[in-house]
Amino acid sequence: MANNRVLVVGGGLAGLSATMKLAELGVAVDLISLTPVKRSHSVCAQGGINSVNDQTRQQGDSEWNHFDDTIYGGDFLQNQPPVKEMAYWAPKVIDLMDRLGVTFNRTPEGYIDRRRFGGTLYKRTAFAGATTGQQLLYALDEQVRRWEVEGLVKKYEFWDFLGPILDDNGRCVGAVAQDMVSMEIRSFAADAVVVATGGCGLLYGRSTMSVFCTGSAASRCFQAGAKYGNGEFIQVHPTAIPGADKLRLMSESARGEGGRVWVPRKPNDTRPPKQIPTSDRFFFLEERFPKYGNLVPRDIATREIFNICVNEGLSVDPTRMCVYLDLTHIPRHELDRKLGGILEIYEKFQGVDPREEPMKIFPAVHYSMGGLWVDYEANGEGGLLPGSPRNQSTNVPGLYAIGECDYQYHGANRLGANSLLSCIFSGLFVGPGIVNWMKSNKAAADLPKSIFERALGEHTARHKKLLSNASGDGENPYLLHQELGDIMTRTATVVRYNNQLTDAYEKVSAMVERSQRCSLADTGNWTNQNVIFTKSLQDMIPIAQCILKGALMRDESRGAHFKPDFCMPNLQATDPTERRHEAEKWCDAFEVNTSKFLKSSVCSWKGQEPDLVFEDIDTRLMKPRPRLYGLVGGEVIEEVWKQRSRSKEETAPSKPAAAKQLAGSV
Amino acid sequence: MIAPGPELNPARRPSKINVRVLRQDGPGTPPYWERHQVDYEPDMNVISVLQKIAAQATTYDGKKVSPVAWDCGCLEEVCGSCTMVINGRVRQSCSALVDRLFEDNPEEILLEPMTKFPVVRDLKIDRSRLFHSLKRVQAWVPVDSYFDMGAGPRIPREDQEQNYPLSQCMSCGCCLEACPQFNKVELIRHVGESDEAFDARKNQAYESEFIGPHAISQAMLFNAHPVGKNLKKERLETLTSTGGIQACGNAQNCVAVCPKEIPLTTSIARAGRAATLHSIKKLFDR
Repeated sequence: MANNRVLVVGGGLAGLSATMKLAELGVAVDLISLTPVKRSHSVCAQGGINSVNDQTRQQGDSEWNHFDDTIYGGDFLQNQPPVKEMAYWAPKVIDLMDRLGVTFNRTPEGYIDRRRFGGTLYKRTAFAGATTGQQLLYALDEQVRRWEVEGLVKKYEFWDFLGPILDDNGRCVGAVAQDMVSMEIRSFAADAVVVATGGCGLLYGRSTMSVFCTGSAASRCFQAGAKYGNGEFIQVHPTAIPGADKLRLMSESARGEGGRVWVPRKPNDTRPPKQIPTSDRFFFLEERFPKYGNLVPRDIATREIFNICVNEGLSVDPTRMCVYLDLTHIPRHELDRKLGGILEIYEKFQGVDPREEPMKIFPAVHYSMGGLWVDYEANGEGGLLPGSPRNQSTNVPGLYAIGECDYQYHGANRLGANSLLSCIFSGLFVGPGIVNWMKSNKAAADLPKSIFERALGEHTARHKKLLSNASGDGENPYLLHQELGDIMTRTATVVRYNNQLTDAYEKVSAMVERSQRCSLADTGNWTNQNVIFTKSLQDMIPIAQCILKGALMRDESRGAHFKPDFCMPNLQATDPTERRHEAEKWCDAFEVNTSKFLKSSVCSWKGQEPDLVFEDIDTRLMKPRPRLYGLVGGEVIEEVWKQRSRSKEETAPSKPAAAKQLAGSV
Repeated sequence: MIAPGPELNPARRPSKINVRVLRQDGPGTPPYWERHQVDYEPDMNVISVLQKIAAQATTYDGKKVSPVAWDCGCLEEVCGSCTMVINGRVRQSCSALVDRLFEDNPEEILLEPMTKFPVVRDLKIDRSRLFHSLKRVQAWVPVDSYFDMGAGPRIPREDQEQNYPLSQCMSCGCCLEACPQFNKVELIRHVGESDEAFDARKNQAYESEFIGPHAISQAMLFNAHPVGKNLKKERLETLTSTGGIQACGNAQNCVAVCPKEIPLTTSIARAGRAATLHSIKKLFDR
């Protein structure tokens, strides 16, 4: 592997785990990041990382159950082999992070402590206080620093990835990037490029994401020919602290450790929260979802909180929408030990001690389930074939995507504490496949220089053209960004309507051209943050179009994508026979909808707008079943559905293994 | 932790915020003050003030200027990006809330870059030295491989509770700015000097200077880990050589300014004892 080099873009959990694994395999890595990698957005992850463990195993849990929860929580929108592989690797991932020195919370006996997270009934989540992402990131950062000293990794921090370089056959052979200090634009030859650049929350203006999460790197790959999948699935986290510059996350772990969400039963109750007796408090999640309580999956908790404030008029603050997230019944020392980090954030930014007063929270854009389309190769057991160059590969040969910027693991809704897992897993797993990919291809460094010079020329021209838009009457990039964020937040978050989406799509599409007319306040060529931002804004727009187009064309409700005009109703009938009849019809409708929309939306870029096709999902291991959290009449529907599945199983004995799993998991 | 102050009296809330920024166009150019004014909104922090300044790109007296350059990231005080000197005090700009700053000085907000690191432009500084120090103390656990070898060693809860605060260090540099023994090292690139040559020259200069409290604390963190301590000797060797623990003047400023309240002086005291033992042992092992 003497002459092979891999370029990794992004130094969060995914990028760093890929880098250290590749280095271990003897591959030299160039690592490009917008920021010193230790400051990547993974630091903001709070709650924890999931895996089956010795304790849950003895309570009936298994890797299969983790897989099942992830698929069911994601409303079956994932290709199943990668998700299965991830669930089966999860205990190994946590063991590795443990060996790397992550300061996981411990039980009195010294084992890794676990807590419960949303969408599961088991305590699978390992955590390091309430700064788990930070702690995991630091462990990987330290290992990569070790390889840097060894000479196998070269970091390019404060560099902006401008786009992949493709040869005449469409193979990715490197990338162009720009030094954000000196503004030098340079081409990098690479035998594979791994994009690990996270989510795209910034195109919503304010979200829980860091300022780096513009989605522009993924967009640059998309515009160069990579496909983008399931863009419309944007997770809106139920609990965040509203702020002028950012919506700060309040981790699900607050509820995992016993936090309760409530509002006063009486609208506009002016009493301070502590003076409202329990009988006057409406614990709406606990009442409506007795099985999961405050830990229903995120899309559901978000809609309920949104509903309580918007439609039921029960917001706890007359000036803005919010509900109480209450921890005050939990002993102070317990809170400090397990949730210290997030309580400090609330205290610092709100000036109120959440150990004494219930927090005021509201949903906020949080995570991109969708992302760059990636391939996989399944093995005989329905997991992944290790070492296959197809795993995590985009449709552009040699261009890989991992972590939040791929679309693969979380379907229509991500479960809490599964993102850190998917990032580290995909980062570790991609390495051996890339090594095999490089064995069968000519080294990029030996290709004609002209390929790289051409790409460099194109990006240099784009840069110069923008700088020549001197201060004048063009668009102000910061104000255009605000406008984009407002449109996206209004139309493509919790509740979606086709007329609004159509309107938004037109307005955002007009921004393709408007963003080209941005005039810059800084036309210099030294640490010009103005031009870097403007480029990322221009590249946010194609991804915004994918999100809106996917949302518009998906006439159903699934996970985070909710359209009141297209959703499966509660059962109305009270008479058992009628109710049963209604459930039969419900299941018929479910089957029709499944055959129509249990598909990934996959976009390709056509110069001005994306082209969208629906692609089948690989459900080889587990047949789709209705997702019934809290649905009125759910138990009748479940009964009908089980009977149908059983009769299908009897008439189709050709797939015994899958059918057995199905019966066991319903 | 910043103690929650009283609610700002609405009568004292101004409609405008005056900001003075110490700007610098690039390395080696003279710094200059520039006045800006932005509209007041509730719940603002210094980041949202700087965002408004960037969008306006016009000074208080109407002069068109380029936006002020600065670093930021998470905006919730866990990434360490946005350190600067605000009203004379080093801190994160995301957690510097405008209403609180007004309690001290309602007239204006003063923003300056950190003084112990070379200015890249305006409020953006070059903190690569801080990360280089982490290499000097080999702040990592030297595991054999990343293959599946089962769980790590069992760790008593007490040890975790001691180590977790140290591992929250976000490399923001506040402790270094406040430390009287930590002096600025700024080199100017020679004409025609390659990246590699310039980096090598910088690293050499860094290594003759104080390593800093953050790195000493990280050395203690990894020396306390059952596998991390395999490099204990090497770390103590660094801490007892040039720019090591003996350079610490015990001013205790570091612990006072750390936004994460990391017990840096406790780490330094532990490092001091370990370094003494290490030196004595070396004397006898000779």
